[in-house]
Amino acid sequence: MDAIMTDTGFVDVAALDDIPQRGARTVATAHGDVAIFRTGDDAVFALRDSCPHRGGKISHGIVHGHGVTCPLHNWVIALATGAAEGEAAASCVPRFPVRVAEGRVLLDVSAPLAPA
Amino acid sequence: MHGTTLSRPRLVVVGNGMAGMRTVEEILAIAPGIFDITVFGAEPHPNYDRIMLSPLLAGEKRFEDIVLNDYDWYASNGIRLIAGEHVDWIDRARRIVRGAAGTEAPYDLLLLATGSSPFVLPIPGAELDGVQTFRSVADVGDMLATARSGAKAVVIGGGLLGLEAAHGLDLRGAEVTVIHLMPTLMERQLDASAAHLLKQNLEARGMTILTGTETAAFIGDDRVRAVRLKDGREIPTDLVVMAVGIRPNAGLARATGLECNRGVIVDDFLRTSDPAIFAIGECVEHDGKVFGLVAPIWEMARVAARAMTGTPGIGFTPAASVTRLKVSGVEMASAGAFLGDSGTEDIVLRDGARGTYRRLVLRENRIVGLVAIGDASDAAWHFQLLKDGTDIGEIRDSVIFGPLADGAADPDEAVLALPDGAEICGCNGVCKGTITRAIKAFGLASVDDVRARTKASSSCGSCTGQVEALLRAALGREYAPATVKPVCKCTGLDHGEVRRRIVGGKLKSIPAVMQALEWKTPDGCHVCRPALNFYLLCAWPGEYVDDAQSRFVNERMHANIQKDGTFSVVPRMWGGVTNARELRAIADVVDKFDIPEVKITGGQRIDMLGVKREDLPTVWRDLNAAGLVSGHAYGKALRTVKTCVGSEWCRFGTQNSTRMGIALEKMSWGSWHPHKVKMAVSGCPRNCAEASIKDFGVIATEAGWDLLVGGNGGIRLRGTDLLCKVTTEAEVLEYCAAFLQLYREEAHYLERTAPWIERVGLDYVKQAVVEDEDNRKALAARFLHAQTFAQADPWAMESAAAAGAKFTHVAELT
Repeated sequence: MDAIMTDTGFVDVAALDDIPQRGARTVATAHGDVAIFRTGDDAVFALRDSCPHRGGKISHGIVHGHGVTCPLHNWVIALATGAAEGEAAASCVPRFPVRVAEGRVLLDVSAPLAPA
Repeated sequence: MHGTTLSRPRLVVVGNGMAGMRTVEEILAIAPGIFDITVFGAEPHPNYDRIMLSPLLAGEKRFEDIVLNDYDWYASNGIRLIAGEHVDWIDRARRIVRGAAGTEAPYDLLLLATGSSPFVLPIPGAELDGVQTFRSVADVGDMLATARSGAKAVVIGGGLLGLEAAHGLDLRGAEVTVIHLMPTLMERQLDASAAHLLKQNLEARGMTILTGTETAAFIGDDRVRAVRLKDGREIPTDLVVMAVGIRPNAGLARATGLECNRGVIVDDFLRTSDPAIFAIGECVEHDGKVFGLVAPIWEMARVAARAMTGTPGIGFTPAASVTRLKVSGVEMASAGAFLGDSGTEDIVLRDGARGTYRRLVLRENRIVGLVAIGDASDAAWHFQLLKDGTDIGEIRDSVIFGPLADGAADPDEAVLALPDGAEICGCNGVCKGTITRAIKAFGLASVDDVRARTKASSSCGSCTGQVEALLRAALGREYAPATVKPVCKCTGLDHGEVRRRIVGGKLKSIPAVMQALEWKTPDGCHVCRPALNFYLLCAWPGEYVDDAQSRFVNERMHANIQKDGTFSVVPRMWGGVTNARELRAIADVVDKFDIPEVKITGGQRIDMLGVKREDLPTVWRDLNAAGLVSGHAYGKALRTVKTCVGSEWCRFGTQNSTRMGIALEKMSWGSWHPHKVKMAVSGCPRNCAEASIKDFGVIATEAGWDLLVGGNGGIRLRGTDLLCKVTTEAEVLEYCAAFLQLYREEAHYLERTAPWIERVGLDYVKQAVVEDEDNRKALAARFLHAQTFAQADPWAMESAAAAGAKFTHVAELT
């Protein structure tokens, strides 16, 4: 995984301030929509915008701590791992490399990260 | 008496103070009636609590309040009390005690409990009027004769007793200066940091504290008028109180040839060098030590009582003890080697804002000393660790914070230790005694009972835990606390408590609530955040800034999310009435945005389903242009007001139900609620608008309007209850506004009116809205006030704002 993840794969997608704290914005990609989350402590995560349960758009969920609650049926997804709280390990939301540099959000959608 | 003295051994007690009487009590408990008891007391009083002289001086207590054993106690235990007669001679050969007034009492066993005397500084002027000590009720009387408001008082001695005297004089309004020889106050109990905080605290109350200062003389002709210090300064004063220490009263024992050093020397069983004579309390010296605090003296009383009654038991060893004091209202504790040395380490916790300090002194991971000031609530636990020699290696990181993390603390203890005069409820100024008396007098059994009777805990609620502790203490197992159903796992509080504290604590933001109510998570969860957002919005209309990130997606997007991620859009149709212009605008929007489905809703509106997220702002703009606004079909808000055609068209109609419905909707649109709210108005009892399954239903009659509440056509069908009957449209509006506001202010978030009414009872709602006219008008006024902020069309606001990335992707990388 690390071999694929080169610096050149990162693309500037937004300013950090475009994403509200405890909120998310989306990026359209070849892998489908990717949701970029910004937590209350300014951590940033990128996950596919689809709940493993019924495909709900988790970008619309309420962000709390380092988790998000899917708006459809209240599944809680851990942003750091993509795992659904209390669900089987298989129910993981794919994650993408994302980082913040000088107030800009850099996203790499060349390939999802390996499951945590 | 002559006959019985032969059959029972005679016990004579010299000293009617705390140590002597405690021993007598212990004896009576072990072997009641075994002795014929006579007690001599120098003071003309029954035994009183010397520790309470300070509150007596401060006027917080009366003498009756500090009596430990009243005259009846002596009488009922057959004890002969000779109060006010000083014992000046013991004839050990004949075993007779003689008082100053000539009273003689023969003994078989003698107990000396003569206590101690305050040390008087041997400096010039010590004999002047107005120079005195602080040791007895008589001393308090002398001080009160001088220490009226505005008088100047100097206390010599910054130890426990001196500061107690200073505190009492301060409360009496005197201008107090404390002079202390040592560099820090209470150096026998406190380290320098703790002493510094104490000094600050006393100075903040207006006392002057001079440490490292020595007194040279008292100046005056008959009466003291100033204190002269070693450095030549003079401090004008009306009163000098010396509290520089005590020394054992061993003079009587010494005069009769008992072995004495500083005090009367006793063995481990409190026996003096004469086997028929025991001694106890501050007059004794045991193993080279003298005593001044109560804890070891109580232990002495136990040991002496066993020895005197011939009960087997182990001897006296002064156990390590923790000194817990409240000096001048400042809580403090100290124990063990609290100063530490080169072989010890310290853990220190300070809270500058609260003025608290605690320090644990460790040797090889064991607590060997502790000192705390400002908050001594965990001292008992720390002391237990000290006494047990517990290895605290594993909890070293958290041990300073106390046992709370282990759930081992007893929070009740702190409350129960408070005096009756201590204020429990700061909002309503209710003190502990008022609550405990009310619990007893009125048989109160719940926090709600206490709130209703005393007002305690009825405002901000932060004292609820303390009130519960008092109920537990009063009722024991009878007390069944209301089962609390916490809002969510982020808090232990239930919805009602959270709402009460938001209002009472004037908490006006989500972070403020989470801080004040000690939320367990950094920013809540999907359960509590929307609830808090609503509670704050309801409590502080116009002030609270709505937090979009704490709203469910539908309310954040002002549209209903569908299972495929698209949205449905429902414009408001007032009372279910529309026209060609609105219908044409809807048709145009459907065509323009290729909206896949259009449906008539049960609430007499039109639903456009399958609208793409990015189209929402333009759809709204087009609908707004035709005068259509948000129908709030997506919100915990006022939804529809369904109507029938009413008297305008229907042959059965008795009133203009459509006009009534529109008026209701115009008044209440835009209002946020704990859950969705649906209304309906029917023009006759045939009820075509199905008003009897709505949250607020109105049915017209010949005489006026029936107002119905609490209906629900959902999973659990519930017909409405009749709230009342009214006659005018204005009344319908007022009652509706009041009802909605009561629901807004008191229901739990996500609780529909039906379960809310079942929970609180229809009678309660009737009382609040129908019977109490003033309350109804106040509720309605609050609703209408909130509406002045709420009635703004969110669609217009969102579509006018720069179309943010809320509705689009921030980037496209396809």
